[in-house]
Amino acid sequence: MNKKNLFNICSFIFLFTALSISGVTISDSEKSSKFEDECINCHIENEIMPEHFSKNDIHWQKGLSCAGCHGGDANEINEEKAMSKRNGFVGIPDKKEIPNFCGKCHSDIGKMQLFQARIPTDQVSQYYVSKHGKQLKIGNLDVATCTDCHTTHEILPASDTRSTTYAINIPNTCNNCHGNRDLMNKYNMESNQVAEYSKSVHGIALLEKQDIGAPSCNDCHGNHGANPPGVESISHICGSCHVNNMNYFNNSSMASEFADMEINACEQCHGNHLILKPNDEMISVEEESTCTECHSEGEEGYIAAELIYDKIKSLSSLYDSTKAISEKVNIMGMNNIEIEYSLKNIKQNLIQSRTLVHTFDTSEVFVKANEGILASQGALLLADNEIAEYFERRLGYGVAIFILILLAATLYWKIRSLGS
Amino acid sequence: MKKLLKIENWLDERFDLTPIRNLIEHKKVPVHGHSIWYYMGGISLFLFIIQVFTGLLLLMYYIPGENAAYESVQFIITKVSFGWLIRNLHSWSANLMVLFIFLHMFSVFFTKAFRKPRELTWVTGFFLLLLAMGFGFSGYLLPWNELAFFATKVGTDIVAVVPFIGEELKIILRGGEDVTGATLSRFFGIHVAILPAIFTSLLVIHLFFVQRQGMSEPEEFEQLSEKEKKYIPFFPNFVLQDALLWIIVLIGLLSLTLFFPWELGLKADALASAPLGIKPEWYFMFMFETLKLLPAHILFVEGEVVGIFAFAFAGIIWMFIPFIKFSKRKDLNSKIIRWFGLISLIYMIIFTIKGYL
Repeated sequence: MNKKNLFNICSFIFLFTALSISGVTISDSEKSSKFEDECINCHIENEIMPEHFSKNDIHWQKGLSCAGCHGGDANEINEEKAMSKRNGFVGIPDKKEIPNFCGKCHSDIGKMQLFQARIPTDQVSQYYVSKHGKQLKIGNLDVATCTDCHTTHEILPASDTRSTTYAINIPNTCNNCHGNRDLMNKYNMESNQVAEYSKSVHGIALLEKQDIGAPSCNDCHGNHGANPPGVESISHICGSCHVNNMNYFNNSSMASEFADMEINACEQCHGNHLILKPNDEMISVEEESTCTECHSEGEEGYIAAELIYDKIKSLSSLYDSTKAISEKVNIMGMNNIEIEYSLKNIKQNLIQSRTLVHTFDTSEVFVKANEGILASQGALLLADNEIAEYFERRLGYGVAIFILILLAATLYWKIRSLGS
Repeated sequence: MKKLLKIENWLDERFDLTPIRNLIEHKKVPVHGHSIWYYMGGISLFLFIIQVFTGLLLLMYYIPGENAAYESVQFIITKVSFGWLIRNLHSWSANLMVLFIFLHMFSVFFTKAFRKPRELTWVTGFFLLLLAMGFGFSGYLLPWNELAFFATKVGTDIVAVVPFIGEELKIILRGGEDVTGATLSRFFGIHVAILPAIFTSLLVIHLFFVQRQGMSEPEEFEQLSEKEKKYIPFFPNFVLQDALLWIIVLIGLLSLTLFFPWELGLKADALASAPLGIKPEWYFMFMFETLKLLPAHILFVEGEVVGIFAFAFAGIIWMFIPFIKFSKRKDLNSKIIRWFGLISLIYMIIFTIKGYL
């Protein structure tokens, strides 16, 4: 056995021991490529693996090793040569450099297309127009960069439920900074956004019901280009999901009034992070009213609110009565198929009437609500007929049974008389 | 009365009504401890008449077809005047008819009324039971609801396990590889045309045999002296008693119809997954349960195949029971037959109950 062979065997035993001790395990499929990467070999050997390093990291999974981002020569055994500037080693980037550090690949469509045909490459340019990016540019290192949201060596695709950018995990990711009171106080900002959001209708849907269709922070504020929405854009943001509400509002007479008064369209009545499930009382002139915040008694807006509330309330209670009576009809064993069909229409009318509130036009709300009221009255009539028939059937049954018993008794008497 | 007499005379002149007159005047029905079982056949006949009338009425509104069957039944029970009553009467009387045919058959079996000279009456009666079950199986699918759809799928799948011809039989029965609109049309044709034609013909033959040979007398009754034997005239006594029972059955039927309406359920959807609780009609339950319990293989044969052949074999023995001599000794032969019947009955009851537990 020559010296070279002996050295190779010793190296292998040493590397195997080092890997075992460090706890880093490499699967068979990974061995061939990873074993030739001297960065990994050396870092494992010296137990200086980066904090939170995960072999599930997307870059690692795609075969991109340390040198892919940090430069240097991954095939070089000699530490100094491997991490020399001559070999392009850049080491750990400064926070300010991170966006462009990641952008080396992520802004290069030629490189990114190799992994995904329609992958976006505008993250860095979007970032620099965001509040975070603008601040970073002027040297504020408090702001979030790529690694603050995506982590450094544990980066997972946003579709992965373990990822910090997975829809359900995003509020928590943002809250790492925006929930830090000291940090936020420095910029005269609130630090309760996520706490409020988690109590909102959106937060409950996303965090409690795990409905990833519900909006998270980035759905309203953007992700790489994160900015707080302004007066002009807020209805567009909410309207990206609540399309009809946005259209009705934008075409209403109130849109220009709100803009003139520099009031945020949706936010004025519904709030921002703590958006609760809306109720009919919001359009009333009662305590929970949002209309009376601007309109006083006797004003046109005040009267409209009263009228709209009364109409929607009467449709809503008619819907409840129809639903209750439909259940009663069903329990009686009678036919409620058509009542149930009408109920679906009434519910639709109720939803549409509530949406039409955003037109602030009583006649529009009345037309839709009256359709529902009419359908409800029809359904109640059907239910009354079914209940009446229920008793008619029993009456008919009683009469028929009485006649049959009478007939049976007569027959019995006849049979007995024949027998005697 | 005079007018009726006139009509009778008019008919008599042309058709000679002496045989009918003889039947009415001379036919006698024995009176003994088991006389109650004489009425089971009559009740089955009464329920069959209800089936025919309600079936004809349903036929006026029912539309076969994948896209119309369910809707038409829904229309019958919600929109047509008394449609709910007719549909429920049809469904309930169908089940009661099968029940009373079973009672009739077992009463005939245990009173040994199938003895010479009534062997063919027994055989025709057995065929009538099979046809009634066929009515049930084909009629179950007609509302085209979810439960019926999947039950038919399971039922027709069982046919496929018959060696050599099973797969072909299944395709013939279904009108294709799967249970589809073609199966529905096929079952509709079988239910309203083919089965009624065969059933009615066989029923006429069965009734002819019964009237020709008169009521069977149990062995104990036969051994009595002529003095000790009691009879009642068929007309009017037995006919009136029959009518009284029919009225009582009708009261029961109307009560079931009103208080336990037959559910229509959801429309069949071939793409939906099978719902929980798929089960055949109760009179197939003992066979269904048995097939479910059998292991995949018995020796080298498939369990289901063994089960089907076992039922077919038992059925053949049952049908030919009047012709089979298990022993030369008459008393031993009677004993074996009684035990065979008793074990079969207990087996059917236990496995039917098991299916609903």
